[in-house]
Amino acid sequence: MDAKQLFESLKKLQEPKGYHFNDDMDMTMPLLESLLINKERLGYMACPCRLANGEIDADRDIICPCTYREDDVKEFGACYCALYVSKEYNDGTIEKQVVPERRPPEKILF
Amino acid sequence: MNDVKVFALSTCIHCRNAKKYLDECGVKYECVHVDELTGDERKQAVDEIKKHNPAVSFPTIVIKDKVVVGYHKDKIDAALKGE
Repeated sequence: MDAKQLFESLKKLQEPKGYHFNDDMDMTMPLLESLLINKERLGYMACPCRLANGEIDADRDIICPCTYREDDVKEFGACYCALYVSKEYNDGTIEKQVVPERRPPEKILF
Repeated sequence: MNDVKVFALSTCIHCRNAKKYLDECGVKYECVHVDELTGDERKQAVDEIKKHNPAVSFPTIVIKDKVVVGYHKDKIDAALKGE
């Protein structure tokens, strides 16, 4: 699977739930490529912008889409890495800002 | 300038953009890709990041005595100017 195929398959799943891919493709495509790198490296698609532990049980909260996406998109219009955003974010009707880390650092074990 | 250190992840887009910005500014920096470290090296890097940024998030950019967490151009500019 390449990033474009991943884009198409996830789009069908996530858009009906109200999660849109960031329409800045200079963000979205490298992030999807990084998800595939993590899949290859770790065996699962850990968030590319977080330090994965490398063991699936210790990283369940950051397997994309992560546990924190819902709260982040609600509060900031984007998830932590800005792969998934709200419609308003893409429309430019809300301010784009850097999303602070919500994952507790205690989750980093290794 | 040689006293800039970037703690980054090789897969992180914000890290990549921050490094690109530093490159565009002509800033020389040391970059540590923490996701590519293992064992003690990784533990030491995480401990060092914790001192600057308890959330251990990326990029963590240390510019002299200033720390910029995340890709904030304005904060990077200010730290580079020593503000």
